[in-house]
Amino acid sequence: MNQTFPILSAVIFLPLAGALLLMMLPRQKALFIKVSALIWTLLEFALSLPLFFNFDEKTPGMQFVERREWFPEWGISYLLGIDGISMLLVMLTTFLTVLCVLCSWRGIEEKIKEYYVTFLLLETAMIGALCALDLVLFYFFWEIMLVPMYLLIGVWGGPRRIYAAVKFFLFTMAGSVLMLLAIMALYFHYGGETGIYTFNVFELYKADIPVLKQYWLFAAFALSFAIKVPMFPFHTWLPDAHTEAPTAGSVILAGVLLKMGVYGFLRFAIPLFPAAVVAATPLISWLAIIGIIYGAVMCIMQTDLKRLIAYSSVSHLGYVMLGIFALNMQGLEGGIYQMLNHGISTGGLFLVVGMIYERRHTRMIADFGGLSKVMPRLAAFFMIITLSSIALPGTNGFVGEFLILLGVFRSNMLYGVLAATGVILGAVYMLWMFQRVMFGQIKKEENKRLLDLTKREAAILCAIVVFVFLMGLYPRAFLKKIDATAAGYLNDVQVKTAVYASAGNVPVKQSEAK
Amino acid sequence: MADYIWLIPFFPALGFIINSSIGSRTSKTFVSWVACLAIFLSFLTAVGVFWEFLQLPATARIFEREIYNWIASGELSVNIGFRLDALSVIMCLVVTGVGFLIHVYSVGYMHGDPGYRRFFIYLNLFVFMMLLLVTGNNLLLMFVGWEGVGLCSYLLIGFWYEKDSASDAGKKAFIVNRVGDFGFLIGIFFLFLSLGAQGVWTLNFGEIGRNAHLLSGGAATVITLLFFLGAIGKSAQIPLYVWLPDAMEGPTPVSSLIHAATMVTAGVYMIARLNFLYSMAPDTMLVVAVIGVLTAFFAASIGFAQYDIKKILAYSTISQLGFMFIAVGVGAYAAGIFHLMTHAFFKGLLFLGAGSVMHAMSGELDIRNMGGLRKKTPITYWTFFIACLAIAGIPGFSGFFSKDEILWKAFSSSQGHMLIWLLAAVTAGMTAFYMFRLFFGTFHGECRASEEVKHHIHESPRVMTIPLMILAFLSLVGGYVGIPHLLGGENSIEKFLAPVFGPEIPVKAALNFDIVSAAWASGGVAGHDGSLELALMVASVLIALLGITIAYVFYVKNPGLPGRFAARCSGLYHVVHNKYFVDELYDLLFVRGTLKAGDFLLRVMDDWIIEGLVNGTADWVKRAGGRLRKVETGYVQEYAFGIIVGAIIVVGYLIVMPMF
Repeated sequence: MNQTFPILSAVIFLPLAGALLLMMLPRQKALFIKVSALIWTLLEFALSLPLFFNFDEKTPGMQFVERREWFPEWGISYLLGIDGISMLLVMLTTFLTVLCVLCSWRGIEEKIKEYYVTFLLLETAMIGALCALDLVLFYFFWEIMLVPMYLLIGVWGGPRRIYAAVKFFLFTMAGSVLMLLAIMALYFHYGGETGIYTFNVFELYKADIPVLKQYWLFAAFALSFAIKVPMFPFHTWLPDAHTEAPTAGSVILAGVLLKMGVYGFLRFAIPLFPAAVVAATPLISWLAIIGIIYGAVMCIMQTDLKRLIAYSSVSHLGYVMLGIFALNMQGLEGGIYQMLNHGISTGGLFLVVGMIYERRHTRMIADFGGLSKVMPRLAAFFMIITLSSIALPGTNGFVGEFLILLGVFRSNMLYGVLAATGVILGAVYMLWMFQRVMFGQIKKEENKRLLDLTKREAAILCAIVVFVFLMGLYPRAFLKKIDATAAGYLNDVQVKTAVYASAGNVPVKQSEAK
Repeated sequence: MADYIWLIPFFPALGFIINSSIGSRTSKTFVSWVACLAIFLSFLTAVGVFWEFLQLPATARIFEREIYNWIASGELSVNIGFRLDALSVIMCLVVTGVGFLIHVYSVGYMHGDPGYRRFFIYLNLFVFMMLLLVTGNNLLLMFVGWEGVGLCSYLLIGFWYEKDSASDAGKKAFIVNRVGDFGFLIGIFFLFLSLGAQGVWTLNFGEIGRNAHLLSGGAATVITLLFFLGAIGKSAQIPLYVWLPDAMEGPTPVSSLIHAATMVTAGVYMIARLNFLYSMAPDTMLVVAVIGVLTAFFAASIGFAQYDIKKILAYSTISQLGFMFIAVGVGAYAAGIFHLMTHAFFKGLLFLGAGSVMHAMSGELDIRNMGGLRKKTPITYWTFFIACLAIAGIPGFSGFFSKDEILWKAFSSSQGHMLIWLLAAVTAGMTAFYMFRLFFGTFHGECRASEEVKHHIHESPRVMTIPLMILAFLSLVGGYVGIPHLLGGENSIEKFLAPVFGPEIPVKAALNFDIVSAAWASGGVAGHDGSLELALMVASVLIALLGITIAYVFYVKNPGLPGRFAARCSGLYHVVHNKYFVDELYDLLFVRGTLKAGDFLLRVMDDWIIEGLVNGTADWVKRAGGRLRKVETGYVQEYAFGIIVGAIIVVGYLIVMPMF
């Protein structure tokens, strides 16, 4: 790919083109629609591969940058670019979307055409949000993303889908509105200060914002992103959304959408408001630690498989946030890596649960037991993914968790020790869940004749397991793509926060601001 | 050989991969050949390295090879790399040697099991992880092996997963081990960052060893204590020993290989590997030795009142591991590794013997239903007898040399203490007693089994008895690599290990003779070193013989005695028989405690407070929205909420803005 080919635009809008194409297909030809959707997402994945392989791992800055004026009179531009952080998330998105299409093959029987159209739209929005470097463009994709997800839950979801969809929508909407206001405030502040009215993030990074104002703006951004992550105590929408969403919806929700919250912190909240970051780090770290432990304890109590995995996401994302707010190399890289891992392993867990659900139409742990006997192949995959989720060395989860804990321990020993207790709790809830579902005698008549994995299902889980081991045994392949970006990022943030941290007394700056 | 040391863990990994990928399409014979051959090749490689070591001068006996860069982030850079030195080569020989014999034995033992293939897959994986643990050249790779063997232990304890007791036991083992691993992990962080603060960023054993002097004594103490927490979990010491007796739910070869001969000794190996850190932290050493001796004594006492043949052996293992920790705790690392090795022989043999007994007795485990097996299973009988003599410490058998070395060091080392020696010596006597209680109960007297079981009693097939005989041979002669100077030997194993363990911890400047002379020195032997050592040796042999004699009186001469004895002190018996109710206590504190807390949080925090706030807000908005609807109908309620919230915030913001 040469420089002139707008590859990011292509990657963003190829799914949209696919969606338009699908709309034109006759709705009776279900198989044709499915195959087209599959081919289209595979094409999209193939198209995104050059982003990984042609990515220059030495450059800390943005790559594949595209820039067009959009509304020059308001300083809004069509500005795209990716660095080591967003590139891997884009890859994760295109990869998981393929699996999502494959896993919906039999699970989705109604409104098939609309379903795949929605999914492709969602893919465009997600990748757009990851590539956008203009705040308005970002906000546009960010909001667009909500609609297909809302529909996925509300139309193709379980029995309480409306409740869950509305709850999901309201929670995220509440955050988004705040963020929009903060974006506007930032825009006017910077414009008023420098005379340049722009939504270009890199321009805005240079803004010198009074400390108190930073607090307010950071709070608005952080709230919006924290709901999305979700951090304790904004997490209660997640178990409902996950339980009611169709399998693919859960996969993409856990795999990519939650990462949008973390990504938002990384791309916007942290570099834009360094003073607030210094002040808010203890609060966010404590919320993350509570999330890790609280999420794990909640997992122990769950009786519904999907709710359990949802709460495990709260715990895992707690690690991610804690690692990032350690603001050192290991914590940051570990956090980014753990986002990818969580996409793979939690995505994998939802896929497995979906496969069981399609056979039994229940997600209650008590309805199972002894499934290993009838489904040995599923049991093997399930075990590997479970182990990846509890970060067994050799799997991907270990690399991320180890780096995070090392980074956190380095920045604050107490945080590190508290967070590490999650290592024990993680084993408790996952192994107990696995035991109740897979081990023991088969007690229910319905479970005695369950079929083991089909070829399609085995292929899906193989793809997951390949990454579990690849990322666990050879993490350099991915970490080296992050290195330069993370080092540059930390350097910038440290320079900025040093101003406030080394002054020691933030209030001084604050009074100056007045 | 140096370039090929990676082959040692590679072969079992290959066996694992072959059997798990194409094993289902092949025969049982193929599966077992692949599995056994993998371990055997690995054993041959280890022998090759050992052989080459013997040709090299002592200081040159380190082979280290890096394979590739595994994790790197900032200052952290960890390679996949292997290191063989005197210590790890001995471990490799034990793991692959005993491992191979147990693999062969399993071919017979697991013959009729439907999970035959799965069993060998797990077993190969275990050996791979164990070899990774002992050959990894850095702490993180050791941790990979450490957790990896834990995984295999979990899978193999719960091998018969349809039994709830088995899958419970597996889970318990994994979780209790994770508590220890938590300490290990924090220890790694602490060490990495403490050395890093001195400008050395490394997890490589060699580099840590060279730079350990940069650490302060306090840091060394904290680090070693954290690592010791890991060792307590893996090697089943107080207070984390509770998983090991339950682990006997696994197939007996697993108990033999993992829960006696190899995995559970990983904690001892780890301390020996990090001896340079432990030697800097005398406080930790004392903790290690004290925990070791207390565990040894405590577990032996539980062994008195158990009837399950495998449970008795499990408590015996815990107790013997305690001995090894006494050794490393008083700085006698070589003695600890020596006992680790002889213990692998005789305890591996005892478990395999127990398996052979179960095989003969149609799966019976309770020694109350056994007896009189001597005639019908002669090979099992004699090999078991040899193992019992070895563990009891009868002169000439392997356990005698290693245990006596530990007792002597516990007494004489500057890190040791009279009391540690005393308690350990008493425990040695107890060991002799409960082992022979088991031995007599199983093989002597009248057979107490049902007629049907009796009818089926038979000796095990060759594939099982040959490993028994080889291990019996090793239990007999394995101690001769460590004949003390006192008895005219030159303690070759200590000499071989010396380059790893550095200078020996000195003998106490002034041995405390007062108490000794009162107790043992009536013959006036408390003169110079040699005679004191001899006196203690004689004493420990006498204690062992006493234990055996009492067992003989109780269980052969006068079989009614134990029952009357138990009735006399029924309260104490009840407590000991129920393992001091420690499991019940843990269940109450941790399991139910967590569930209670979780239940409370779920109901109060999530469902009541957070959801209450959310739904309360929603209700409030709904009411507000309802009013709004009267003004302008057609709004979708959800969107209204967003807009309302937005409006409130705009107003709020406009109020706040002027503050800037």
